[in-house]
Amino acid sequence: MPELKKNMRLLISQNIGFTAATIILVVLWLLYNFLHPRGFSSAVLIQNTNESVAIVFVAIAQTLPVLLGGLDLSVGAVMTLANCVASVLVSGTPFQIILGMMITLLTGTAFGLLNGLVVVYGRIQPIIATLATGSIAIGLALFIRPQPGGDVDGDLGWALTNDLYELVATYGWWDADAGWFAPISWFPVPLLIILVISFGIWIPFKRTITGRTVYAIGSSESAAFMSGLPIDRAKLAAFTLAGFFAACGGLYLAIQTSSGNADISQAGSYTLNSIAAVVLGGTSLLGGIGGAIGSLVGALLLRLLAFYFRILSIDPLLQPLIEGVVLLVAVSLGALRTLQTKNRLRLFR
Amino acid sequence: MSKLAPIMRLSGISKNFGATHALKDVDFSCRPGSIHAILGENGAGKSTLIKIMSGVLKPTSGNLYIDGREASLQSPTQAASKGVVCIFQELSLVPDLSVAENIFLDSPPKKWGMIDRKKQRVAAQALLARIKCEDIDPSELVKDLSLSRRQMVEIAKALGKKPKVLILDEATSALSSQDVETIYDLLEDLKCEGVSSLFISHKMQEVDRLCDTLSVFRNGQHIETFAKGERSDEEIVKLMIGRSVDAQYPDKRPLIKRETQLSISDLKWGGELQGVTLKLGKGEILGLGGLDGQGQKELLLALFGVLRGVEGKVEIDGRAMTMRSPASAKTSPTNFALVPEDRKTEGLMLEMSIADNLMIASLASISNGPFVSSTKERDAVAKGIKKLQIKVGSAKHPVSTLSGGNQQKVVIAKWLQTNPNIVLLNDPTRGIDVGTKQEIYKLIHELAEQGKSVLLYSTDYAELIGCCDRVAIMYEGKISAELEGDEVSEAAILSAALNIGDVLEDEKRETFNA
Repeated sequence: MPELKKNMRLLISQNIGFTAATIILVVLWLLYNFLHPRGFSSAVLIQNTNESVAIVFVAIAQTLPVLLGGLDLSVGAVMTLANCVASVLVSGTPFQIILGMMITLLTGTAFGLLNGLVVVYGRIQPIIATLATGSIAIGLALFIRPQPGGDVDGDLGWALTNDLYELVATYGWWDADAGWFAPISWFPVPLLIILVISFGIWIPFKRTITGRTVYAIGSSESAAFMSGLPIDRAKLAAFTLAGFFAACGGLYLAIQTSSGNADISQAGSYTLNSIAAVVLGGTSLLGGIGGAIGSLVGALLLRLLAFYFRILSIDPLLQPLIEGVVLLVAVSLGALRTLQTKNRLRLFR
Repeated sequence: MSKLAPIMRLSGISKNFGATHALKDVDFSCRPGSIHAILGENGAGKSTLIKIMSGVLKPTSGNLYIDGREASLQSPTQAASKGVVCIFQELSLVPDLSVAENIFLDSPPKKWGMIDRKKQRVAAQALLARIKCEDIDPSELVKDLSLSRRQMVEIAKALGKKPKVLILDEATSALSSQDVETIYDLLEDLKCEGVSSLFISHKMQEVDRLCDTLSVFRNGQHIETFAKGERSDEEIVKLMIGRSVDAQYPDKRPLIKRETQLSISDLKWGGELQGVTLKLGKGEILGLGGLDGQGQKELLLALFGVLRGVEGKVEIDGRAMTMRSPASAKTSPTNFALVPEDRKTEGLMLEMSIADNLMIASLASISNGPFVSSTKERDAVAKGIKKLQIKVGSAKHPVSTLSGGNQQKVVIAKWLQTNPNIVLLNDPTRGIDVGTKQEIYKLIHELAEQGKSVLLYSTDYAELIGCCDRVAIMYEGKISAELEGDEVSEAAILSAALNIGDVLEDEKRETFNA
């Protein structure tokens, strides 16, 4: 199969940042499990993925505006807003719970659309537009939930933050002890949620004209324009989808903690971490290169670093320092290619 | 000429950019099954014409007919849907997407609402095979391809739109000779299929070989259309010139022997510079001419230390020099100054004040230790403004408030502040008014009188004739001719630029006989 091999090599060389991040993640994850007293157990995997869901979704949300060549400073805030909405609405009868979840996701999506409208029709740079709308989102979140709290349905929280066995057992869909179910019943629900939503939405989106236009805009907006691509539609779609993914993060956080919390500093740190995760996953801040799956990997990598602090009993005070160094090294590797540019005037265009 | 009805017809088309008339009342038509060359000097209106035909620009006045019906083209996409496709010079490729994605960028094959990547790949492969580019993998990213391969992708992209009118804007200039042959065959095929190809090229051999109909443009006007063979090369060159010289130039300086200040030998960089050898005398004004994109800009950039990986030798006053960066090129011992191509992005910081822009390249000369001295700055700014007679309200205003001509004066003044020995000018009078042009010519002469050596690249042949002591013409990355004294004529420059040697001889003979 020389053809297949050649294609694989091409695919890897075109996604070198993503490939490197994935390899590092796998290596670090294996090492982590060897070092962990209960390594390679379902329980550890469940705990780790539970703590990663929110940042994974926020990082995927951030990916879309970054691919356009911009930044979305409101993703953390939209996540917080969705979190607070969910803490009020996701309880009661099963019908009410489902309706509440849908309203939560709709809130974030609508906020993303608002971001898109401001950027496209207001002709405002994404970074400043989302700085403002992010503040509005936090304001709304504080209005909905001035104090932390809420009563998100407990069964739901239990079912979605454990393995598949507990999910089935909680709702009694079928006999959780059935023989055929045993091989997969250990699988963590949070990991399943991450994989289904991110792959299920991202891969089809990337293969639409709108999705491709997002890449084209980030790579060369003038060429996209000259080729007659739907530029406005792609920008609106990118921000709307970013709002949706951020809301997914907020909803899960509410279910996981059974509560909502309009925490301003938490929103800010989620936004900043999302940018770090996007870059670690191989997406270029100049736009046009990368993807949501890379950000997923980047976010997991960022979380995994934090888990190391626990098992190695390193002073948690050192965590920001080490994360900063890791990010700096990763970004420097990406900048190496500028050394190859022969006409230095091109570096500035 | 074919008797078929024209596919596309332009009637009374004019296009103005502000006060400039890029096209004046142009009637033009192209017929199916023909290869039609459009000839003209730089700035004759060729690119404006094709931009209007392909929907990039809208005409100021006049009508456009496709297949006999009036059409108004709002965008390149709309033009393509009506069968008018233009091959831009790698303008429409997205670097970070794959070849196949680029070829079907706005209309990919689909399956269940999503892009069918397999089908897209196969279709791209078929199109690439048609132009004998089987070596290009459709999955490769466009940015990883060489310039000539990108151009072939651009051609495949145009073919994918099934054109009835195919416009090639110097599409062969970046190609290898083998690819050029492929394109010739392709155009012949398309001709048999009834496609009308419009071919813009500066290579007369290419036009001779390929085209059946020729149209000459000059000063935004359509001068004449004729079948191949009706006119000789000399006649065509004459049709292309014949322009009134509207700018006043300072008196010609006597031709004297000068000691060499700058000597360049066998300078090479990428595909753009193929071994440039040139000497510039002390106090001389050397014009650099030729068609656009023959390596003139790269030569200036190479001397100014912008390009990496330049091979060859550069000597100043007999000493070998290397320019590592603009910062090193502008200082002793090289003392270069470069007035760059695009004053808005490379020449000025538009939001900053006139004073800041004037001094930005020579801050060390007005500083006391690490601090910029405000008194020295004020004096230097006042002197610079006075010397170039820049019309300013206050030097504190942003430089963007000035007119184009005065902005250009600021760029020149900024470089004179560094007290350079060799001044490189990249088309310094482009897009500025006649009055300011004259002042700039006068200034160039003054600089030369002070013993500074000037290398002036200009796209305006009249300027090269009127302003320079000597003119070097570049063609495909090399100096193709050096003209001095009475040799410098528009006909001589143009034929050297088109790389047709004998016209010059004929012209000489003619003037001799007359």
